[in-house]
Amino acid sequence: MKIHIKNARIIDPASGLDKVEDIAIAAGRILALGATPPDFNANRVIDATGLVACPGLVDLSARLREPGFEYKATLESELLAAVAGGVTTLVCPPDTDPPLDEPGLVEMLKYRARSLNLARVYPLGALTQKLAGERLAEMAVLRDAGCIAFSQADAPLSDTQVLLRALEYAATFDIPVWLRPQDAHLSRDGVAHDGAVATRLGLRAIPACAETVALATILLLVRATGARVHLCRLSSREAVDMVRRARHDGLPVTCDVSINHLHLCDEDIGWFDANCRLVPPLRSPQDRAALRAGLGDGTIDALCSDHTPVDDDAKQRPFGEAEPGATGLELLLPLTLRWAQETGLPLKDALARVTSLPARILGVDHGRLAPGLPADLCLFDPAGKTPVDARLLRSQGRNTPFLGQSLPGRVRLTLVEGHVVFEQPART
Amino acid sequence: MAPNPQLDDNGKLCHLLTIEGLNAALIHSILDTAESFVGVNEREVKKVPLLRGKAIFNLFFEPSTRTRTTFEIAAKRLSADVVNLNIGASSQSKGETLLDTVDNLAAMGADMFIVRHSESGAAHFIARHVAPHIRVINAGDGRHAHPTQGLLDVFTIRRYKKDFSRLAIAIVGDIMHSRVARSEIHALTALGVPDLRVVGPRTLLPQGVEELGVRVYHDMEQGLKDVDVVMMLRLQNERMRGPLLPSAGEYFKHYGLTPAKLKRAKPDAIVMHPGPLNRGVEIDSAVADGPQAVILPQVTYGIAVRMAVMTLLAGSST
Repeated sequence: MKIHIKNARIIDPASGLDKVEDIAIAAGRILALGATPPDFNANRVIDATGLVACPGLVDLSARLREPGFEYKATLESELLAAVAGGVTTLVCPPDTDPPLDEPGLVEMLKYRARSLNLARVYPLGALTQKLAGERLAEMAVLRDAGCIAFSQADAPLSDTQVLLRALEYAATFDIPVWLRPQDAHLSRDGVAHDGAVATRLGLRAIPACAETVALATILLLVRATGARVHLCRLSSREAVDMVRRARHDGLPVTCDVSINHLHLCDEDIGWFDANCRLVPPLRSPQDRAALRAGLGDGTIDALCSDHTPVDDDAKQRPFGEAEPGATGLELLLPLTLRWAQETGLPLKDALARVTSLPARILGVDHGRLAPGLPADLCLFDPAGKTPVDARLLRSQGRNTPFLGQSLPGRVRLTLVEGHVVFEQPART
Repeated sequence: MAPNPQLDDNGKLCHLLTIEGLNAALIHSILDTAESFVGVNEREVKKVPLLRGKAIFNLFFEPSTRTRTTFEIAAKRLSADVVNLNIGASSQSKGETLLDTVDNLAAMGADMFIVRHSESGAAHFIARHVAPHIRVINAGDGRHAHPTQGLLDVFTIRRYKKDFSRLAIAIVGDIMHSRVARSEIHALTALGVPDLRVVGPRTLLPQGVEELGVRVYHDMEQGLKDVDVVMMLRLQNERMRGPLLPSAGEYFKHYGLTPAKLKRAKPDAIVMHPGPLNRGVEIDSAVADGPQAVILPQVTYGIAVRMAVMTLLAGSST
């Protein structure tokens, strides 16, 4: 299949390209950006006038819920949601049931994902067996089976010695470890950020130091072991400062923030909106401002959807009993664009946070556009709108704090390895 | 923030979920209505026909005797049909969701739900999901709110002290876990109390409590200085998680209300407590049974206040 995309505003953050040009695609790869070879006869010509062509989005956290939670979502439903959101590469955490701690499970997941021919899936393996935080998982074997890194997802790891050994062992094989800093004891039983909102609503609170105490431990262990660590879902101002200092000191750490924490704060809980029940909790407006600044100045490398499909029954409960999580794959691009609009950041720089920079963290050859590379691409209308309507979401998870809003941008076409995996007509 | 879900488009009360967001005029109108019911308690026939034909369901997902009984008495005095349900021991333990339980009870013809639940926001959740004609009264949700208790407390204060705009009031004890304290704070700030204090150790005072409009004291003697009203709280041991206090004895020494500490307050200060009392933990018997205590009148007024709330809500039915 040869595709000729005409007159697109090509934005490739990795190379700095931002120009109206053509794209020629053949045999699943980008043949040319700009002048199309004279002998190129496309099977399909796409007029992309007024549209932006960027690398397919790379999402560092999207739960697919298989195996074990098929009543919440399936690989097919979530990968369809991914490509509808322009996401062509995603990382899934290991907190499935059973957790991803055996090579067979990882191989099956990769095989099933591949057979759907939608987005690319990179699994994180469980750092400890059953995510129980006691015995190390078979990291090297799991890596060979396809795990790109190792993580405890949101399962608490309260034993610091286990963490030390996990980092040492991972460093032996130069395998990255992804950790969400949260002290299991300080966050125990909490459901909301420890501040005036939780006090007003009488919600059990999680102090910001639940994040920073754990982060301090992680950073000291990184210093001691030399392990490569990616810090997931930062939520607090002080954590951003700590990472800034750590990176200044040359520690091999990267980090990300979720779309929810970039745009929302604890005040959005309003009158117990369970859609705002998230992990980590939405923090104060000052924390949110620090996250936005950190993402803007490069302290925070990437923006992710933290896509967590939750079934309605699990959300239709009082705030503290509701299952945490929100759908996000289809909102990643619109909320990146909103952030760019609100901050005045050039589109190229904003898109880097969801394409080239997360791809660099993964160490994969996606998230950029260049001749010879796989044609993973998102074509979107920057003037269009994405209505956040539960009936229109492809994901089986229909809960998000952004319900009812109209977000900027509209994905029109998604290509994975040169195949059209999603397409929708113009509409605002 | 989203509009207050207990008020309709005209600012009229359609549920009572929290005192937050109620203005002084609305609170006074509830208290005025309650005044008219105080006399019913003293009559030979303690009943008025205002809610005849209405079905009121007491949905208690958390154990309670005192509050459930006062709601039941209030409803019966208004001639309503009352159904008491101790849900914790039935449907929920069989795995039914809260929403299914509520839907089933609504299908049995309920006009009003009185809800007590261990989770903050449970009453809001139920109010959001019930049919528009059903009224919801929050009888205590987690640590969040206990609005009828807050109202009966300010009703009691109004009876003894008249003018809220000149009062100094101290709320003492376990603010962290207390839905009563939150409701009292909202009510008293709405009524214009100029000097509202909370007193307790740091482990029992939640983050940012000052933003609710109170001044924080850790020293009880300072916190009680020249106050007109002392509102004592029970230690909510059942809601405490983790080590918050070393011992009941140490707590009593620093934060228990004794005759000596009460001397710091104005001579005519009244002492209140939402009950049940823990004598020797948060209050000395000499104070609890002393001339300044108005703890039993609080209970009596509680019935009149609950009658008032039920009547006002039933009158706003669509």
